[in-house]
Amino acid sequence: MSSGAIPFALSMVVLLIGLYAIIAKANVVKIIIGILITDYAVNLFLVLLGYRHGGRAPIVTKADLDTSGGVSMGFVNTSVDPVPQALILTSIVIGLAVAAMMVALALRLHDKYGTFDITRIRRLKG
Amino acid sequence: MSDLTPVVLYALLGFMILGSIVAVEIADLLSAVIAMGAVGFGLSLVYLFLGAPDLALTQVVVEILILVFLIRLVVQRKDTTEQHPPGALLVGGIMLVMGVVLTIMVMAFSDMHPFGSPLFSRTAAAPTIAFDYLREAVAQTGATNIVTAILLDFRAYDTLGEATVIFASIVGAYAVLRRVGRISKGGTE
Repeated sequence: MSSGAIPFALSMVVLLIGLYAIIAKANVVKIIIGILITDYAVNLFLVLLGYRHGGRAPIVTKADLDTSGGVSMGFVNTSVDPVPQALILTSIVIGLAVAAMMVALALRLHDKYGTFDITRIRRLKG
Repeated sequence: MSDLTPVVLYALLGFMILGSIVAVEIADLLSAVIAMGAVGFGLSLVYLFLGAPDLALTQVVVEILILVFLIRLVVQRKDTTEQHPPGALLVGGIMLVMGVVLTIMVMAFSDMHPFGSPLFSRTAAAPTIAFDYLREAVAQTGATNIVTAILLDFRAYDTLGEATVIFASIVGAYAVLRRVGRISKGGTE
């Protein structure tokens, strides 16, 4: 494996750990944690794709403007990719919304059945 | 954060891997939730080193809120889940499948552009959308933070959709958790 792929592979290891929790665990809280960890790993992977060695945050300072008021090529050639960052920002917040919804459902499940164990939540009638 | 050494990145990613293993495997649910919080804050540090300060700030806020929700869910609720470990055959099968998946992924990563040289930096002859955003954002939107310019100007409909998703989830959580209009067990209402 070339060293250029190691960070990608490590983020995918995190993803697989979360996937394992989703598949193998019987506890609702553990499943929620697994889904959230998977979410983190995917976000991290996409941001890793846009990183550039020695790159800086895509924020323009006064020193980056050339005389005509445009952005200099020096900035474009040292900044990291801003597009994944903008999309992942949306994804993180949506992850929060999903987490809130899952926690609400788990709360109701525990109130109704008195357990987090999905093997014992079998009655379908509300 | 201009000098991201591979050692720092690998250390943080290793911390995240360890944290997620603890979060998944530890028996006590409150400890699992705290371990997941450690993973999230580690992720926020990684974002900071990757030149994404907006993401780092958002991740910290979101992580705190998720921790509050999960602790609210876990604390004072008796966990009666039986600690029956999944069968050795199941665990072995899952490990095997995941090993195969990871191998295929690594093979695919070897063919992709390596870490540290994103696609848009190598296509100066045929500019990509990121190239255009970096060049034109200040002139067209007046925002010096390019991520903000993309989020609130170039792709504002995306952000509108995000707000819609949040609204839907809040309404959904409220509908699930409300007390009004529910038939109580003892018939006192």
